[in-house]
Amino acid sequence: MNVLSVEGLTVDFHTAEGKVTAVNDVSFAVPENRTVALVGESGSGKTVISQTIMGLLPPAAQISSGKVILSDPSGQIDPVDIGSLDRKGPQMRALRGNRVSIIFQEPMTSLSPLHTIGDQIGEAALLHRNVNAQEARELTQEMLRLVRFPDPARGLDAYPFELSGGLRQRAMIAMAMICNPALLIADEPTTALDVTIQAEILKLIKDVQAELKMSVLMITHDFGVVANMADEVVVIYHGRIMERGTAQQLFSNPQHDYLKALLNAVPSFNMDKDDRLVPIRPITVNAEDLKKGRTDCKVAPGEPLVEMRDVTKRFGLRKSGLFSGSKSSITALDQVSLTIRRGECLGLVGESGSGKTTAAKAILRAMSIDEGTVSYNHGDGLHDVSKLVGDRLLDYRRRVQLIFQDPFSSLNPRMTINDILTEPLEIHGIGTPAERAERARSLMALVGLDPRFLRRYPHSFSGGQRQRIGIARALALNPEFLLCDEPTSALDVSVQAQILNLLQDLKRDLGLTYLFVSHNLAVVDYIADRIAVMCRGRVVEVGETREVVSNPLHPYTKALLSAVPEPDLNAPLDFSALDANRASDPASWPEPFRLETGTPPVLVEMEPDHFVCAPGLQDARALEGTAA
Amino acid sequence: MMIPTLFVISFLTFFIIELPAGDYISNQIAALKSSGEQSSVAKLEFLRTEFALDRPFFERYLVWIGMWPGPHGFDGLLQGNWGWSFEFDKPVAEVVGPTLPLTVLLNFATILFVYVLSFPIGIYSATRQYSWGDYGFTFLGYIGLATPNFLLGLILLYLFNRWFGLSVGGLMAPEYIDQPWSVDKALSVLAHLIVPTIVIGTSGTAAMIRRLRANLLDELHKQYVTTGRAKGLKERELLVKYPLRMALNPFIADIGNLIPSLVSGSVIVSVVLNLPTVGPVLLTALQSQDQFLAGFILLFVGMLTLVGMLISDLLLAVLDPRIRLGGRASQ
Repeated sequence: MNVLSVEGLTVDFHTAEGKVTAVNDVSFAVPENRTVALVGESGSGKTVISQTIMGLLPPAAQISSGKVILSDPSGQIDPVDIGSLDRKGPQMRALRGNRVSIIFQEPMTSLSPLHTIGDQIGEAALLHRNVNAQEARELTQEMLRLVRFPDPARGLDAYPFELSGGLRQRAMIAMAMICNPALLIADEPTTALDVTIQAEILKLIKDVQAELKMSVLMITHDFGVVANMADEVVVIYHGRIMERGTAQQLFSNPQHDYLKALLNAVPSFNMDKDDRLVPIRPITVNAEDLKKGRTDCKVAPGEPLVEMRDVTKRFGLRKSGLFSGSKSSITALDQVSLTIRRGECLGLVGESGSGKTTAAKAILRAMSIDEGTVSYNHGDGLHDVSKLVGDRLLDYRRRVQLIFQDPFSSLNPRMTINDILTEPLEIHGIGTPAERAERARSLMALVGLDPRFLRRYPHSFSGGQRQRIGIARALALNPEFLLCDEPTSALDVSVQAQILNLLQDLKRDLGLTYLFVSHNLAVVDYIADRIAVMCRGRVVEVGETREVVSNPLHPYTKALLSAVPEPDLNAPLDFSALDANRASDPASWPEPFRLETGTPPVLVEMEPDHFVCAPGLQDARALEGTAA
Repeated sequence: MMIPTLFVISFLTFFIIELPAGDYISNQIAALKSSGEQSSVAKLEFLRTEFALDRPFFERYLVWIGMWPGPHGFDGLLQGNWGWSFEFDKPVAEVVGPTLPLTVLLNFATILFVYVLSFPIGIYSATRQYSWGDYGFTFLGYIGLATPNFLLGLILLYLFNRWFGLSVGGLMAPEYIDQPWSVDKALSVLAHLIVPTIVIGTSGTAAMIRRLRANLLDELHKQYVTTGRAKGLKERELLVKYPLRMALNPFIADIGNLIPSLVSGSVIVSVVLNLPTVGPVLLTALQSQDQFLAGFILLFVGMLTLVGMLISDLLLAVLDPRIRLGGRASQ
């Protein structure tokens, strides 16, 4: 029996520019107790479909034709066409949150910051389950236990800002589940989370599904998630269904060109070093103009360009957090030593809060460090960055540039692209206005954008185009070294492939050096020559990418690698082995890796050029400080 | 925090009032000298020493606030002596005393008026953005912002006088002035409060409607509102429970700021409408360099502001757990 059947659904948006068809003649069904994945890029209409099912379409949207029929297997309601109900009427409200419920992508913003999560979760029960406040509270506590909240009784009175992203998403799931819905819509439920937490949340959804016998409509763009969760897959592109079938069929024998292209755009671990991703819309890099007049980096390839030595940074906390013990200061970086060699791409991997962004900020000198040194080679040997002043510092700022994570907030919406690209040149007083304009045009060509776009404002560009503008801005000053802080985590897979290829081409053509910060191991595996893994402010493993990925030695690296969902049906996640809390707790690592508070994180060369943080092995082979 | 702030305010007030050359008495002396009346000069010279105006600046300040022995020992603001008004030839307490409760009453009524009127309208405008009602209120709001207050005051006074037979000007009917308080007198005061409240409050209301509308519009598109809707909440309950709570913060934080702007903004209106509030007194005091009177009034307004700030801080802490428990969160 199908819990949900969508038949010939068409949704139009009536905007000032006329009618836009967001969903075009879409039909699919979600069988009882099954998971159907709806896959597509952003703008493909998958969210509009979920809004239609929830009756949450914006006023400008209209269902022009088709049916969305919900038939509750528990028999609580008769089969009903959701599309024909008044979106704000009592019938629709009785369904929402009761028979169909939804989990959103952003656990940070989808809970009200002013109400306790107990209040917010229990609200759904109060509305639909005919209970009083006390019973609702007990139900909520029961739900929090079901989603494996640590200490459910205390969790009831916690405010969202006191919880981590993973816990907030658990609270969201509890909220969606409290009325035992027939259908759960999960709209990119793990996109904003770390891999280890993503794996846990996916496991949780599976467990809860098995326990409550409900159907799941999983909206995602991540084929790794699809391979691990879905029984059936529906691929959607520009509001039309391109292909659908069982997960088995689609992965083993993709028919449609679009699906093939999507699958080719996903980086995976079993790619060869020379394999290139195939973006759906490839761009050509034109670096000729920029190569002219570029002063090459005087450091020989392979020589250290940037060196961090025993860098320590502590942040003071005013009071202790609810679930985070009682420390008065946290060590964001604990004796971090890293060397970035000229011409390489060093991938820095870790979960959120592992200190990877702090490390990048320390290199940029955007933040003072408490101990240790950051040195940079200007072509005349390594010099301590913190001692740079005046012109020397300005020169350093020119050589080292940053690419940001969020392409939407990192471009000033009130500046034209031309202003954005020429501003660095103005700050550094380079060139005449005519030369700057010329430079802006060649930068646009470099990242594969039409120079005619220079007069536009950022809002008229897509996320991928904005990220390319961000890259162009970073390259305006002819830098030697680029810090890429999660440059693709806000982008679709197809666009991600495009940006990754662009970064690779630029590195080759301009002889750049990268520090690539990311939580996505597959991406780092694709782009990086060497990988450094960070956990709780310590570097736990450093080595050649191939070596670290195929032969991880540290338990944390192993846990990270095992939590990455592969877009391959034959390599499912091992949910039973998941225990991310323990894997990221240095005190519970097995010997010789165990780190107590205060133990210096010593890196030991366990294999050639493969360093692991293992204080237990610190004997004759101790290589403190020379690591990496 | 409030006490050091009050000291800083008192010092700044005193400093600014003393900035123009001379003081009330030396101005008088100069005027008398030029007209050749030597006998009065001696009396004024006596007053100068009497009020310690011949001392250096810091000493004068400390005498004023009562932390330095003046001609009569410690006798300043801290001891409850608010000083002497030269202009009215009375102690400041007597000049200002009767006007203070009325000022506070008027201010309170105005703030209440602003909030009571702007909230429903702001919510209406935000939830029905670009509807005729929204446009209508926006239009009225701009008129409210653009009309000079005293003009509005005169028009309203005329209309109220024609329609309800309300006496023109003042805060009570003439027969109650200097009479002991009674029910009739209180009713008369309330009736006379209407016009000034509307006049002083209009622009504040208009501005607040615009801000509430903008704030609420921002909040309405946030994800947590959709979450609430996805739970099946009714639109009205949803609105009150989530976005309105969030949109409230700037308004509560604003209470402290409203007070000084109401006092200073109402000076002209008070003069035009002949209201017995502090405003006109302040104007006279500033014009004639009656420094103790002006200093006291400014200090009083400063204190009202601080009290307003304290109230808004306390309310914010009650309403917003992020402020209350900010230290408890790990970041």
